[in-house]
Amino acid sequence: MKSSMVQLTLVRFREFIREPEAVFWTFIFPILLAAGLGIAFRQRGPDKVQVGVVTSARGSGAVVQSLKKDSSLVVTTYDDSAAALGLRTGKVALLVVPGSAKDSLRYVYDRGRSDAVSARVLVDRAVQSGAGRVDPVRVSDSYVTEPGSRYIDFLIPGLLGMNLMGSSIWGLGFAIVTARSKKLLKRFMATPMSRVQYLLSFLCSRLVFLVLEVGTLLGFGHWAFGVPLRGSIPTLFLIALVGAISFGGLGLLTASRARTTEAVSGIMNFIMLPMWIFSGVFFSSSNFPNRVQPFIKLLPLTALNDALRANMLEGASFATVGPQILVIVVWGIVTFFAALKLFRWR
Amino acid sequence: MTPAELLTPALRVQGLRKAYSDVVAVDGLDLQVDAGECFGLLGPNGAGKTTTIEICEGLLPADSGDVEVLGRRWETDEKELRELLGIQLQDTQLSEKLTVDETLTLFQSFYRDARDIGEVIDQVELGEKRHSRVGGLSGGQKQRLAIACALVGNPQLLFLDEPTTGLDPVSRRQLWELIAKFQAEGKTIVLTTHYMEEAERLCDRVAIVDHGKMIAMGTPHELIDSIDVSHLPPPEPRKTSATLEDVFVSLTGRGLHDE
Repeated sequence: MKSSMVQLTLVRFREFIREPEAVFWTFIFPILLAAGLGIAFRQRGPDKVQVGVVTSARGSGAVVQSLKKDSSLVVTTYDDSAAALGLRTGKVALLVVPGSAKDSLRYVYDRGRSDAVSARVLVDRAVQSGAGRVDPVRVSDSYVTEPGSRYIDFLIPGLLGMNLMGSSIWGLGFAIVTARSKKLLKRFMATPMSRVQYLLSFLCSRLVFLVLEVGTLLGFGHWAFGVPLRGSIPTLFLIALVGAISFGGLGLLTASRARTTEAVSGIMNFIMLPMWIFSGVFFSSSNFPNRVQPFIKLLPLTALNDALRANMLEGASFATVGPQILVIVVWGIVTFFAALKLFRWR
Repeated sequence: MTPAELLTPALRVQGLRKAYSDVVAVDGLDLQVDAGECFGLLGPNGAGKTTTIEICEGLLPADSGDVEVLGRRWETDEKELRELLGIQLQDTQLSEKLTVDETLTLFQSFYRDARDIGEVIDQVELGEKRHSRVGGLSGGQKQRLAIACALVGNPQLLFLDEPTTGLDPVSRRQLWELIAKFQAEGKTIVLTTHYMEEAERLCDRVAIVDHGKMIAMGTPHELIDSIDVSHLPPPEPRKTSATLEDVFVSLTGRGLHDE
């Protein structure tokens, strides 16, 4: 005998993979988003500082020579009239103007611009050492770039959390409301089908897609950007699993009453939009005022993102992220039972 | 079927009432359908046919009245009844992404004593479309699939709510044959329709319903014989005698398709 649980879950798979848009939004879109943002905010080499030199006076040739020796400076030479324009339009951060006295120079720049202030330091160092100043202390630099502290390292766990929330809520919400609006839910009620199995089939299919979803996004982040995976991978999947099931409860709740897909889209956006903003997907939730922090911490996506980041970036164990897991589980239980109470089967 | 089951009416409805906020849909209806019978609920749109049949199917609660299906009650025997009934609803849209075979396999999995998929597909003559997506089927094919979904659980009693509405004449005739074959197996059918021809062709007995009340009941022949044909204004010269349509017109003073 073929189990109805298996059949219901198979139907979920078939309906999903035969919907190209759903496959795109679940698997391709997060990767495109990660790639786009990862490239836009990639670590660049040290910034070059643009400076200008007015060449009308005598002695400017030596100044230009000294400045060009410093690799962090880009030197443009101007005659008098063009120089002012270059500074005003921000093409150069600082203008070197030969002074009236012999061997004197004047720096023209905006004290409020940090790049202009650092240009002042760099230009002065180049000019003085070019003129023969010898530093009394020998120094050397060593540079570090630590994976885990870059924007992409912050972003990938956030995108993962957002994706888990989105596919749980969209996946359940749309499928259930579509079945209701097409009277399919009512048709199933006219059979001996178990209601619990019907709802569980959504969770079962989520679990399989979860492995694919988490796998593709993490694999991409790790392969393309070297995003670290410092915690144990099984723990990471366990956190993702708890998150996906919990958001399944929220998805069920959003779908519990709505009769049309238009109505449920509105409800889903209403629920998800605040979390996209507050829960630290694209930028840290610590940017918001301290007074609202306790509320932000209680949002399920904040808890999931914090737990995922702690695992991936700090190698935290499951026990360490216990408080976050508790928040996620409580949300899952409360929304699931509320959904069962409110659910409109016909 | 045991003799006891043969004696128990397949469906017994007494004093059924159901009101929605703005209208009384069913207003004190009594019905009895015997085992092995094909029974038709006939009436114009909005007469309360669908409400009545959905209460009998256990999908809608009644305001008052008594419903017994196969000697069982919805309040106490829902699980058992679901196994014994085959139901086709008026406006179900099955998932377009699944194939005919997948759809029937799903419905089959819900029943303990289900029929073989291939056999049901042959019965509704969808063999060529077995592995086609539901979205690509014609209206008549979709309707035959809907009936296949009702048959796959091997039901004792089949409820069909306007099974041929919106179908072309060829598809309608195919469905009639299908329903007649099911009845020939000794199973009971309760169907609603607003097509007189359909009721005359298929039903052993017909109840005419209007505004939630039964206004006539009997075999199609009894009903036709009960009216005085000579008083009818003939809309066109007829070769045949009176039809159920004439019965309806003489009882209500209006046509079946006047909304």
